Amino acid sequence: MLDLKKMKFGDELLKRGFAKMTKGGVVMDVTNAEQAKIAEKAGAVSVMALERVPSDIRAQGGVARMSDPLKVKEILEAVSIPVMAKVRIGHLSEASILESLGVDMLDESEVLTPADPFYHINKKMYKVPVVCGARTFPEAVRRIFEGAAMIRTKGEAGTGNIIEAMRHIRAVTDGIYILNSLTSDELFNVAENISKSYVTLRNLTSEDLYGEEGKMPYNNVYYGMDFREISNEIFKVIKEIKHQKRLPLVNFAAGGIATPADAALMMKMGMDGVFVGSGIFKSENPQKMAEAIVDATENYEDYKLLADISSGLEGMHGLDISEIEKLQNR
Amino acid sequence: MKIGILNIQGDVSEHFHMIQRLKGKYHVEPVNVKTLADLKDLSGLIIPGGESTVIYKILKKSGLYETIKEKAGSGMYIMGTCAGAILVSRDTGDKTVEGMDLIGITIKRNAYGRQIDSSIQTIDIKNTGKFEAVFIRAPRIESADGSTVLASMDGYPVMVREKNILAMTFHPELTGDERVHEYFISMIES
Repeated sequence: MLDLKKMKFGDELLKRGFAKMTKGGVVMDVTNAEQAKIAEKAGAVSVMALERVPSDIRAQGGVARMSDPLKVKEILEAVSIPVMAKVRIGHLSEASILESLGVDMLDESEVLTPADPFYHINKKMYKVPVVCGARTFPEAVRRIFEGAAMIRTKGEAGTGNIIEAMRHIRAVTDGIYILNSLTSDELFNVAENISKSYVTLRNLTSEDLYGEEGKMPYNNVYYGMDFREISNEIFKVIKEIKHQKRLPLVNFAAGGIATPADAALMMKMGMDGVFVGSGIFKSENPQKMAEAIVDATENYEDYKLLADISSGLEGMHGLDISEIEKLQNR
Repeated sequence: MKIGILNIQGDVSEHFHMIQRLKGKYHVEPVNVKTLADLKDLSGLIIPGGESTVIYKILKKSGLYETIKEKAGSGMYIMGTCAGAILVSRDTGDKTVEGMDLIGITIKRNAYGRQIDSSIQTIDIKNTGKFEAVFIRAPRIESADGSTVLASMDGYPVMVREKNILAMTFHPELTGDERVHEYFISMIES
């Protein structure tokens, strides 16, 4: 007979284990096999398949979906390193399609146009691990509760501007720090607050039917779970974070990394590794930029080396955050 | 005695914590190894799992590759897990990662498949017993001439030893079971 509890634990171990193998590495966005080969040669720990790099999504507008399966297959065949692929937030079917293609990890990403306005994917339903973005401590906790195997900052993709990634690191770190001073009762209050976003839909229904929120029970609000079950699970996640004094899974920086110095800064801030999107294939010399970012991530405190590899490298032009529509708010 | 953990890329801290946990039981001290200077006075070195092509590239660039190979040749104990096993092997059949030829195994990267094929299997390790082995995009040891096979799965070796070199295709650092690390320490002590 199958031991379900053990199986579930095993799945989590394999998913989080995969994420651990990417620590200290650089995951690079690629749109085709040719770019994937350049990334692999430059020392990428994995490549991320997507339809268009974030700066193009930003410039061209329209709906950004998962990558064409044909492109994903080409990329899977072109390289021997793991292949990740972006899936729209809440798009259960894109996730399953990418899983069936043999993709090693999914990125439920705000860079693509969201598919579900209420819920993220229940990541426990998938055998492949999923990475999710987070701007704040509560967002990170919710994604972990939903079964994410890895967390990354959202940053602001396609801008070449590091300020939003920094904002998200600071916010998550401060959230973790403050847990130290909270009693168990206070922690439980925090857990309930963090769980509230799972009843948004039920509150809307209640308002539609009764003209006010909270008239209907909060049962079956997320994949069969009621509010109480959710907040209990979230309480457990928070206690684990308090115990470990960090997120209990691999935590990368993403969104706006455009130079070796940016990558070094993310590592200096305690991140486990970096995702680089437009920063590589929108730079003057992608191969050189890719190699420099790998070196910088590995040797983030060797400033002479950083100066050397940054010399003559032209990064992407970049955007000021105040001038743009923020993808991170999706 | 100092046991180095090669801190290039991959699950370095998991191995570090394993050795730290064994400090009370044995006279061991974990040390992060990032530069040539860090290799000084080590009794053993663990090469962790990660992406073998990345670790290889950086080892080559820094000169650590040749120095580790030399030190292993003159007796330094090495334990390679997953990517680490690829790096100590004789033949990878893959130009993007050439083994150091420290142990007579032929190994093939990702031979069990992609992440979806990753699995946890109960294996039987010689003189150690049953062990929950975590295989993640694991390489497969295709032949093991001259080395002692300590554990096998489906007819292929998964843990092998030759003199001062220990290699395995699974991740003993992920389960909390310290026996494989203890075996490595006992290899050095005897």
